[in-house]
Amino acid sequence: MSNDESIRTGFYVCHCGHNISDVVDCTAVARYASTLAGVMVSRDYKYMCSSPGQELIRQDILEHKLNRVVVASCSPLLHEHTFRNAVAAGGLNPFLFQMVNIREHDAWVHADRAAATAKAQALVSAAIRRVALHKPLQATRAPIHPDVLVVGGGIAGIHAALTLANAGKKVYLVERQPSIGGHMAQFDKTFPTLDCAACILTPKMSAVRSHKNIVLWTYSEVAKVDGYVGNYTVTVRRKARYVDENLCVGCQECIDACVFKVPKFPDPFNLGMSMQKPIYIPFPQAVPQAAVIDPDRCIQLKTGKCKKTCVEACADRKAINLNQKEQLLEIKVGSIITATGFKLFDAKRLPEYGYGRYPDVMTTIELERLVSSSGPTGGELRLRSGKPPTAVGFILCVGSRDMRTNRWCSRTCCMHSMKLAQIVRERTGAQVTVFYIDIRAPGKGYEEFYDRSLQQGVQFVRGRVAEVSDCALSPDEAGKLVIRVEDTLAGFVRRVPLDLVVLAVGMEPQADAQEMRRILNMSCSAEGWFLEKHPKMAPVSTFTDGVFIAGCCQGPKDIPDSIAQAGAAAAEALALIDAGGIDQEPNTAYIRGEECSGCKSCISLCPYAAISFDAEKQKAVINPALCKGCGTCVASCPSGSIGQNLFEDQEVFEEINGVLDYV
Amino acid sequence: MSDMNWQPRIVAFFCSWCTYTAADLAGVSRFRYAPNVRIIRLMCSGRIDPQFVLCALADGADGVLIGGCHPGDCHYAEGNFKTFRRYRMILRLLADMGVAGDRVRLEWISASEGERVKTVINEMVERIRALGPLDIPGRFAACDSEILESADAIRLPQCKETHDVVPEVVHG
Repeated sequence: MSNDESIRTGFYVCHCGHNISDVVDCTAVARYASTLAGVMVSRDYKYMCSSPGQELIRQDILEHKLNRVVVASCSPLLHEHTFRNAVAAGGLNPFLFQMVNIREHDAWVHADRAAATAKAQALVSAAIRRVALHKPLQATRAPIHPDVLVVGGGIAGIHAALTLANAGKKVYLVERQPSIGGHMAQFDKTFPTLDCAACILTPKMSAVRSHKNIVLWTYSEVAKVDGYVGNYTVTVRRKARYVDENLCVGCQECIDACVFKVPKFPDPFNLGMSMQKPIYIPFPQAVPQAAVIDPDRCIQLKTGKCKKTCVEACADRKAINLNQKEQLLEIKVGSIITATGFKLFDAKRLPEYGYGRYPDVMTTIELERLVSSSGPTGGELRLRSGKPPTAVGFILCVGSRDMRTNRWCSRTCCMHSMKLAQIVRERTGAQVTVFYIDIRAPGKGYEEFYDRSLQQGVQFVRGRVAEVSDCALSPDEAGKLVIRVEDTLAGFVRRVPLDLVVLAVGMEPQADAQEMRRILNMSCSAEGWFLEKHPKMAPVSTFTDGVFIAGCCQGPKDIPDSIAQAGAAAAEALALIDAGGIDQEPNTAYIRGEECSGCKSCISLCPYAAISFDAEKQKAVINPALCKGCGTCVASCPSGSIGQNLFEDQEVFEEINGVLDYV
Repeated sequence: MSDMNWQPRIVAFFCSWCTYTAADLAGVSRFRYAPNVRIIRLMCSGRIDPQFVLCALADGADGVLIGGCHPGDCHYAEGNFKTFRRYRMILRLLADMGVAGDRVRLEWISASEGERVKTVINEMVERIRALGPLDIPGRFAACDSEILESADAIRLPQCKETHDVVPEVVHG
């Protein structure tokens, strides 16, 4: 304890409604705390984080001349900030405060009241011992670079970029495909309004291209991120496109002139249902409207022995540059919005549905391309045999709500399938049956959309489909695909002959989501979705300050939800920028100069090169602006001459003593 | 110490970014686990001074659990590698002192692995329960009284009158 003042601690234990008090005897904890050294006030209260709760702290500081405060409630990661503000409101330095986690680490994980109360008391004892050693500290304010990086050019990334750009901020939009647009660009129509996806998406795509505040880098990836909130240095890898997108006007003459007279390579935008040449424009509405050359297919790039007819065709424009090299560009931004999206479940993982084996078993996204007027058949739905389908079945929850594959609900497949079911009925008049577990139509206008599907004669059979086969047991099954399913409403097993089976494949985290997570120092949920800071209160923030998430990279969602999240992420970034700066936790390390022996062992340990050596004084020096407060150097100093604010050795020793207090 | 009522006492040092957050998640998910572990939050597992572990054992802990981010995932780039190095050293140190290495455990638990917190804590409590109490404070006390007794035995024949001069026993 410090000698120059007597410690006067105020202690508060929160009931958190019943969350804590149901398991921990809060009155007993308060009574116990009142017996501890330095405690002047000890109270229990229903909701400490409420304004009366905070007011209680403020009043007590003034009335009882408190100089330390301890609150036992939820996790400091949730409300430490709230209580520090309350302490500051009472005129006390906010760092003369310590929080005890008796909700997440105690009441919520234990059932035995006596044991949970004893644990709470020990944790409280630790905090009360520790806080006596706290020193007043000053948070440093870091400036925020006003530029923002948006990673991913799907609808979420596009919306976030436009929102920020319209607010006057400079935005870098990085997309790994040659065009922005994401999955939405592949859709024909959108539910529940059935308006054309391209009509609502493409104006936004061109707005991105023409916006003076947006730097659009397609065919590019984030390679490296250094720095911290407000001050990130990002390295972007711009892959060689072999066409200068600022010179190319998208006239397609190079494509016509290519030595491959006939397109012969599967076109990923149409999922291989149409072909493209080595030089191509990803899809008609692509932004930027510029060709790109696939180096694995272009004869010139592979062998160097081509007539280069494309270059000839481009003539004076000189947009094609076969010597283009990959570039690494470095930019400075203050915040980052991650909108990297999802990938679709691979239906081949469920062999019983015959995907890849039967030509007329397809996924919802393939059907989407087939009914799209810009798709491989110009919007005409045909079986692989060329005939129009007469009976179509949709299997829902393929790779969703399944213990064998993914347990989560992909949220959009019910509505997506019903949309396609309506389109198929409208275009072909075929009989359409949807095989479902539960119909989930919880959005605005969604239930009505379900009703409309019923009215349009779409049939619904409740049951998870066991298999799709071409094994006919009766004449009407001959030449058809047969679905075997237990109809759980009727209570018997059905065999349903169909000529087209559509698998409603669910969403999965991107294959390289883990890599992205590492680059941005985020966390992932166990499933691999990027983890939000708080599921309710901070749904677009991450544990890394200044990094926000939007769209399906956080979890499956539909277009309105993705856009809402993108707007929220943009607003969070704007709030950060317009605040002008951010307070940083003053947990930096420092050298006690007189004790430092100059052994230099700390210098190589610092990952941020924050420690240097003063050759004249023969002492190490820590630059507090570079120190991030990990404390690795503190733990390793052989002479114990490095301290860390908020985590001093003595403070931790007191905490150890305290948690071992068994009453 | 009466063995009937003995319960393992375990001090845990968790890094704020991964394992402490995972323990919060365990709470939010309402995973029930043994109440014997008391968690101390540090910014990084790299902050764990070997003294913290020794201090916890000397102050009466029967075991120490260290939790950090998975290798390669450290919020501070590489703090957990330093932790790992130190952990190996602590184990050697404890072995030299005759303390079973099982009493100190290092686990990498990411922020999303709430269930792992439950499993690791329950395993740790069971392991310590099987090892029995370490009770270093008790052993110190026993050692002190032993020294006092033998000091008496040595001194008595020599200086019968200066019985009050007892050599000071330093511990802790």
